[in-house]
Amino acid sequence: MTAAPLRMTYREACRQAIRDALLADPRSFVMGEDVGKYGGCYAVTKGLLEEFGPERILDTPLAELGITGAGIGAALAGLRPIVEIMTCNFSLLALDQILNNAATIPHMSGGQFAVPLVIRMATGGGRQLAAQHSHSLEGWYAHIPGLKVLAPGTVEDARHMLAAALADPNPVLIFEHIVLYNAEGDLDPAVTAVDIEHARIRRPGRDVSIITYGNSLPKSLAAAEALAAEGIPAEVLDLRVLRPLDMPAILESVRRTRRAVLVDEGWRSGSLSAEIAARLADEAFFDLDAPVRRVCSAEVPVPYAAHLEEAALPQVADIVAAARELVKPR
Amino acid sequence: MSDAVADFLMPSLGADMESAKVVEWLVKPGSRVKPGDVVAVVETHKGAIDVEIFLDGVIEDLAPLNQQLPVGALLAHVRGTGGGGTQAPAKAAAAPVQPAPVPSPPPPTAPLSGARGRVSPAARRRAEEAGIAADSLHGTGPDGAVTLADVELALSAGPKPAPAEPARAGRSGFDPAQMRQAIAAAMGRSKREIPHYYLGTTVDFHAAQTWLDGYNASRPPPERLLPAVLLLKATARALVQVPQLNGFHGKDGFSPGPGIHIGWAISLRGGGLVAPALHDVDRQELPALMTSLRDLVQRARTGGLRSSELTDPTITVTSLGERGADSVLGVIYPPQVAIVGFGRIVERPWVVAGNVAPRPLVTLSLAADHRASDGHLGGRLLAAIDEALQDPANL
Amino acid sequence: MNDTEIRALLADVLAGIAPEADLATVGDDEDLRAALDLDSMDFMNLVIGLHQRTGIDIPEADVPKLFTLRGLTGYLAR
Repeated sequence: MTAAPLRMTYREACRQAIRDALLADPRSFVMGEDVGKYGGCYAVTKGLLEEFGPERILDTPLAELGITGAGIGAALAGLRPIVEIMTCNFSLLALDQILNNAATIPHMSGGQFAVPLVIRMATGGGRQLAAQHSHSLEGWYAHIPGLKVLAPGTVEDARHMLAAALADPNPVLIFEHIVLYNAEGDLDPAVTAVDIEHARIRRPGRDVSIITYGNSLPKSLAAAEALAAEGIPAEVLDLRVLRPLDMPAILESVRRTRRAVLVDEGWRSGSLSAEIAARLADEAFFDLDAPVRRVCSAEVPVPYAAHLEEAALPQVADIVAAARELVKPR
Repeated sequence: MSDAVADFLMPSLGADMESAKVVEWLVKPGSRVKPGDVVAVVETHKGAIDVEIFLDGVIEDLAPLNQQLPVGALLAHVRGTGGGGTQAPAKAAAAPVQPAPVPSPPPPTAPLSGARGRVSPAARRRAEEAGIAADSLHGTGPDGAVTLADVELALSAGPKPAPAEPARAGRSGFDPAQMRQAIAAAMGRSKREIPHYYLGTTVDFHAAQTWLDGYNASRPPPERLLPAVLLLKATARALVQVPQLNGFHGKDGFSPGPGIHIGWAISLRGGGLVAPALHDVDRQELPALMTSLRDLVQRARTGGLRSSELTDPTITVTSLGERGADSVLGVIYPPQVAIVGFGRIVERPWVVAGNVAPRPLVTLSLAADHRASDGHLGGRLLAAIDEALQDPANL
Repeated sequence: MNDTEIRALLADVLAGIAPEADLATVGDDEDLRAALDLDSMDFMNLVIGLHQRTGIDIPEADVPKLFTLRGLTGYLAR
């Protein structure tokens, strides 16, 4: 007997994941700005204060460095903190704690101290929140050894990645895209856990690999649909885990299709897509049939005006054009 | 069989060549080589040339690629040769200079020197595995690049793609400026050093033309002969009688050539000139000579001349062809001692048995090195060529 | 073969002999040999190529008829 698929929003999936974690492990708790009474800036933690009480849903001052530091201390002391940082733009205030402590202590203690901390951050643009609330900085964090960086792009990953992240003894950063919160998707009740190691082919295709993550995933899937109508079978690979990169999956896909388009909402220069492109040049050079192309955000602070914001971010048409040029140049 | 080790040295591919670099070894250390094998490609300032070896044994100690090495530098050892010894630049002293030993104009789809054709890495690897020249294929990828699919298509169907051999990667393209410089150097030296004398005579080509027309009339185009083969064969026959003009001038005076290897002057489309050897012309039947000539011209124009063809000519013949001038006074190619010229075959009034009659005539000329011969001998050569052309059936 | 087909064939055969030759620059009654700088070996190769591609014998006596574009197309169109 199979249960009917469960339809829910990405936001609800995040909420259920947190609720599950709180129910499953008395050591876990949530802290962050406005996570309690207000229910979370993106309403992810709505109702949890009422259910779990103020000892496990902690409203904090507007002090990212302090929140993160306290989270690291709690993790070192044996708890399983889930720290929410409102948007990754603000996480820069906590960068010292994240890099110099969370990512470093397990190494500097010779493995004696684990930091089983999870930090959830909202990321990305597309909702007219302007240049201080719309950037995609996950690529920066993916630069740092000692961290795991996750980017759930589906409702299923939003629902199940948290549990795997909490089970990991390393600090794990989860980047939830603000546009995805309202997206709906089906959950297969048979799936009760996901791994946080592997990239996944979300749509198989023969002629070009579109490699992406986060909110660029639905855009890439829409692009693949449009490309299919033009007779170009495109594969969409969802990275899911930005650090460490699942290079075997990336290489397997590109060696098969011989072409790669990397879609990354970060700025192009020094981005995660730059890293992947470099590795493809390094490890898949003789398998390539075309240059590696990237679709990234324009190198400007994300604009407020809707039409400018749309122009600044990767869009379906950009992805289609990039892939088409590699497969069927005019 | 002794276990002697012989040296394989950088050959001189022309008197004006001082150094060159090996750009490709076509054998591996330990390979068995025998005389006549093409073992390396060397790049001179005139272009890339296939170099043959004239030793027998196992080659080893190959010189590194892409290093400028002087003529006579050690390129490899050959172990197990009969008597040991040394190959090259044995011919250097007597090596005829060629103004233009180059694999010239590139095939239509191949880029000129410098610009490599756009071939995707995957396509390049596949083409290499299959032994075809990916550069010659039609590309459908970005910027017209040849893709893996293009290579697969070429392999699976359609006309056979060009074999990789003639368009070997790394060959330098034909550079008209460099060729001009090489011709200038060789011809300058010739005119400075060689005291030329010139003779000319008009030859009645009627018998030869009549015979040729009869021969060609009954044959399909691929089997037909050009007047050039009659001119070549007649010259070779005459040189059997006058061997003093077939050979080289060196420090010790004249040394006869080892055979009648005629350097045939070929003008290259786009400018320049090369005069590679047709070997043992006196001993070749006309149809075989025609085949050799067509092959030689083709290779001169598309690349793939061999080092022996550049070093072997013992005399040069230049023919101006059907649209050229009426006569030519050639410049000797040092260290050769003579060059025979044929003007255009033209119809002119001619006295035959006391009557004026229209006849096809060709002006035959000789430029020869006065250090090696005198005019009397030169006159004998021209007379012998004339005589041979009057009896074409026996050529 | 019609005129267009013959010209296409000629261009194709010429590409292997005189890659830079451009038929568009040659007048109908111009001598192809002069216009395209073809020597006797080149022209012989051209005749051989046309013979092999069309199966037409082209006896030696007819070769001068092929010296111009008009003559050549007329000859092969027969």
